[in-house]
Amino acid sequence: MNFNLIRFIQAAVSNGAPLLFGTSGEILTEKSGNLNLGVEGLMFMGGAFGLAGVYYYDKAAGDSVSVVTATIIALLCAFAAGCLGSLIYSFLTISLRANQNVTGLALTIFGTGVGQFVGEYMRTTSAGSGGFISVSNTLKEGFIASPFPKAMQGIPVIGPLLFSHNFFVYLGIAIALFLSWFMGKTRKGLYLRAVGESPATADAAGISVEKYKYLATVIGGGISAIGGVVYTMTIAGTVWMRDGLSGEGWIAVALVIFCLWRPINAIWGSVLFGGLMLLYLWLPVPFIPSQIYKVVQYMVTTVVLIIVSMRQKRENQPPASLGSAYFREER
Amino acid sequence: MNKKDKAPLIRIAKRSKSVLSPAKVWAIRIASLVIAIIIGGIIFAALGANPFSAYGLILSSSFAKATGRRQVFKLMIPLLGTALALAPCFKMRYWNIGGEGQITMGAMAASYFALFWVDRLPAPVLLLVMCLAGALFGGIWAAIPAVFRARWGTNETLFTLMLNYIAIGIVAWLQGGPWEGKPGSQLIPQFKDKALLPRVMGVHCGWIIVAVLVVVMYVYLNYTKHGYEISVLGESENTARYAGMDVAKVTVRTAFLSGAICGIVGFMLASGTNGSLQSTIANGAGFTAITITWLSQLNPFAMVAISLMMAVLSKGSGNVQTTYGIPASISGIITGIILMSMLACEFFVNYQVFFRRGKEEGR
Amino acid sequence: MDQKTIDPKHIHAKEQAVDMRGITKRFGPVVANDNIDLYVNKGEIMALLGENGSGKTTLMNMLAGIYMPDEGEILVDGRHVTINSPKDALACGIGMIHQHFKLVDVFTAAENVVLGLEEGGRLDRAEIAAKVSAIADKYGFKIDPNKKVYDMSVSEKQTLEIIKVLYRGADFLILDEPTAVLTPQEISHLFDVLRAMKADGKSIVIITHKLNEVMEISDVVAVLRKGRHIKTVRTKETDPNALTEMMVGHAISLDIERQSYDKPVPRLTVAGLCCRDNEGVSKLDNVGFVAYGGEILGVAGIAGSGQKELLESIAGLRHVTSGSIIYTPDGRVPMDLVGKTPMEIRDSGVALAFVPEDRLGMGLVGGMGMTGNMMLRSWNRGKGIFVDRKSPEKMAKEVYKNLEVATPDLDFPVSKLSGGNVQKVLVGREIASSPSVLMSAYAVRGLDINTSYVIYDLMQEQKMKGVAVIFVGEDLDVLLELCDRILVHCAGKVSGIVDARTASKEEIGLMMTSIGGEEAAGE
Repeated sequence: MNFNLIRFIQAAVSNGAPLLFGTSGEILTEKSGNLNLGVEGLMFMGGAFGLAGVYYYDKAAGDSVSVVTATIIALLCAFAAGCLGSLIYSFLTISLRANQNVTGLALTIFGTGVGQFVGEYMRTTSAGSGGFISVSNTLKEGFIASPFPKAMQGIPVIGPLLFSHNFFVYLGIAIALFLSWFMGKTRKGLYLRAVGESPATADAAGISVEKYKYLATVIGGGISAIGGVVYTMTIAGTVWMRDGLSGEGWIAVALVIFCLWRPINAIWGSVLFGGLMLLYLWLPVPFIPSQIYKVVQYMVTTVVLIIVSMRQKRENQPPASLGSAYFREER
Repeated sequence: MNKKDKAPLIRIAKRSKSVLSPAKVWAIRIASLVIAIIIGGIIFAALGANPFSAYGLILSSSFAKATGRRQVFKLMIPLLGTALALAPCFKMRYWNIGGEGQITMGAMAASYFALFWVDRLPAPVLLLVMCLAGALFGGIWAAIPAVFRARWGTNETLFTLMLNYIAIGIVAWLQGGPWEGKPGSQLIPQFKDKALLPRVMGVHCGWIIVAVLVVVMYVYLNYTKHGYEISVLGESENTARYAGMDVAKVTVRTAFLSGAICGIVGFMLASGTNGSLQSTIANGAGFTAITITWLSQLNPFAMVAISLMMAVLSKGSGNVQTTYGIPASISGIITGIILMSMLACEFFVNYQVFFRRGKEEGR
Repeated sequence: MDQKTIDPKHIHAKEQAVDMRGITKRFGPVVANDNIDLYVNKGEIMALLGENGSGKTTLMNMLAGIYMPDEGEILVDGRHVTINSPKDALACGIGMIHQHFKLVDVFTAAENVVLGLEEGGRLDRAEIAAKVSAIADKYGFKIDPNKKVYDMSVSEKQTLEIIKVLYRGADFLILDEPTAVLTPQEISHLFDVLRAMKADGKSIVIITHKLNEVMEISDVVAVLRKGRHIKTVRTKETDPNALTEMMVGHAISLDIERQSYDKPVPRLTVAGLCCRDNEGVSKLDNVGFVAYGGEILGVAGIAGSGQKELLESIAGLRHVTSGSIIYTPDGRVPMDLVGKTPMEIRDSGVALAFVPEDRLGMGLVGGMGMTGNMMLRSWNRGKGIFVDRKSPEKMAKEVYKNLEVATPDLDFPVSKLSGGNVQKVLVGREIASSPSVLMSAYAVRGLDINTSYVIYDLMQEQKMKGVAVIFVGEDLDVLLELCDRILVHCAGKVSGIVDARTASKEEIGLMMTSIGGEEAAGE
């Protein structure tokens, strides 16, 4: 058995990147008091629409295809799809005060349906590709290449650990850092947390609860959906892979708990979870079967959830209003 | 202050004294369903299929032939069974979204006896043991988070969600490991006939269990001491304590009951529908059932109608794919639209909306 | 300010801080405010007086941007304004301190203070803390800007709420029942602060139904009754009796006629009672007293100093760590209630009617009707798995008839009944079981005067039947008039038991804050 730690971490980082987006987006959403269980659906939609955007761009551009343009298209398509999906969720739960759990599940049913439909539809309608769609090799390789120069990637240990990842990884880290700064150091971030902790207080203080909830949920949904396209473009190698993508959204929801609703924790948390998902391949232990490896992350999350509830530390609890709708005249 | 005088465009108030009549409530709900179906029709049309014939096909493939009807019932049984199972939890305001895992654990326990005790027990005893084992395991799987919730207030929504994946992982391990049939197949062998639920009118007899359960659950929730405890606890934990109820006991017992019924559903899926065990055996029933339970307002009879509708959509979309070349995942889209539309309509049942009057206010 | 007659038409608009004209607000068929004209002058403290349900809070909520008036107009500093939201209100310089504090528990004082201020960008915690301290110094508040709200006492939270609106530059403050949760000493400190703010030119409205406070702090009094503005008078030119008459619409006696029961017998003997809460914090420490049949034993104390825990321990709802509760029913052997289940204790004749802050959280099920709520006592009776609906229904009918509960039918959800009727259902159910110990906590919480007196009469009636009544109350005036003896709680201990016929309010107030009423040296 030869276990290369550096290469394992590299793999864990890229495998965790979709989770980093999914989780960061869901943290933003949950901080506003909305528990959006539709992340799975959002990531499906993001993955499918992102792939569709890149696929049709690739077909139109032919040889003059540019990785930068394709990346932007992928991100925009996924983000827009995610925003749209979470906008439906927001309208139902914020404006119409529908139950969040049920609405989230409905969004998952809807989103996985839409994602799968778009994926299938592209496959069945693209003539001459043998029922299998993929994009040109330029893009395929471009998506997984590191944005840093070869020299930097070549530095021993530090190079592979810090500079060898694909662009999406750095984008995800940037988003998580930004969210962390936003929630901790800005007034708007403070107001957002107030909305999630106690909407009545925020409302009385003149904060528009609906606006914050809508914005956080819609943007959060958009960020989560990018996770889907990151999966499709990097891990799945630009093909529509339903089975691979399914479950990612739920892990992202689990990771939110594991991170104790702090975006900064999502960075290492996603690497950890990304690694756990792969560990069975890299470090097989004879008497621990691979499928049991795969549930370790859920067990760890459950244990974290239990410990947090036992210790009752106020700062580590879920946002106090998580899961409940707010209606002003009820006071 | 130079801001324009304006009243909000829309003002919302909770319906309190002016509660709608049941007829109006159902009119709103049916209208929302019709709207959802129309939206679905537009999607069909956009994809080049005549919406009327597409819907016609969905209905005719479900009901025209006996085979179609049987398939619909097969799909409906786990949905309805799980929806019934979740009702007491939801009435207690306990968010058990772990139906998926409880079904899987129940199916696993039942399968153990189907695989390893099949030659040692007579058929009726075997089936009974399978059913009880399924109930026990499903129940325990649901009771674990309830214990933590009762003792430490651990969030049950997230806990039950995690347990789904752990349950599925355990079965996946059995499937590829200890219980694997042909080495390398990653499949658990088919059960022997003795371990299969007998058929009644062409469908495994699970439907009888579920049909009985509809009535039993209705009575349980509305007329028993347990049902009363559940409703009080759902409204206020303090009041339940005040009335001398053992909150922890009621929480755990109700979760166990809910999980046990899910476990029985798992048993029916393994023994009746599939004749074997797979890690994907629940196939989303635990999640879909949550929406059914909620939309039926915890009324077991409404659950029958809604789960039937879900089953028809799911069955019919397969035929839509073969006939029109529209991917079967269209059923997810239409189901999603129907669910969202019905969730939206509850708002109009519970709230009153006032639009700003035509005249400009202020000066 | 030289006007003597108070009629809006004669007052010059410039001196008015806020002027409300023809305000009407309806909630469904209920008219909460009916064509109200009311103004407040600058640099004055107005007491807004009225019974519960008279529309005081609703009216002020329209100034604070919580509700929108259905009709009418609001002028601030002589200009027409539309207040759609709390933000608009603050932009007009109006800030409201609600009865239920609106604070985020996991935030610090400073973070709470800046909530909602329209200042984008960075959050400079040091700068905010400095500003908060400056305001606190100016008016004589004590506050630690970096303390988390969940570590604060009620009085600290109220201070924080006031600082919050001052920080926003409010010069018109509305305080909704600010004294309900404070000790007499804290109240006098609050009043000092209010006077300091008045001297600084701020206008203040305090919503209250306590007449002595009205007389002490206000310059003018506006009285509301059943959603109508009855009259505004100068405080100096009126007296409590006149105000009461305006408030209730007819002259009523404020005195409770205390009757004496001839031969009180020891009914409940509590000794060495200790208990802890879930976090292990001691809530009751060596509590001992005797409650007699045929007397009303009042329990006074700062909110949260163990009154709730005491009643819960007796009712078997709370685990007792040590001590005994000996209960002596008529003609039966005395028994220790410690270790018995709530059901056993209740069946032996000890009843508890606890009215929590939200009225419904404990003792009643909001979504159920009267019958369903009567069942809370009897649901476990009888064999078999089904609940018996017959006898609770009979009981519901009796309570409905005897206490004149206004409900459309016995299955109408009690959460949709008015506060008074909700409490009648609760107290009525406990009395209907003919208990020999009746414990009630905050039984008149939120009730208007007439309904309060119905409840007081019920308590007396029980006392005269030989029942041991334990009455936990908030209003010291009422306790002194209604009870025979008063047990004063201080931080989980019995600070002392006084004779209600001879004790004074100040004496009790001191006992609430320190054991035995001795001022601790250096405090």
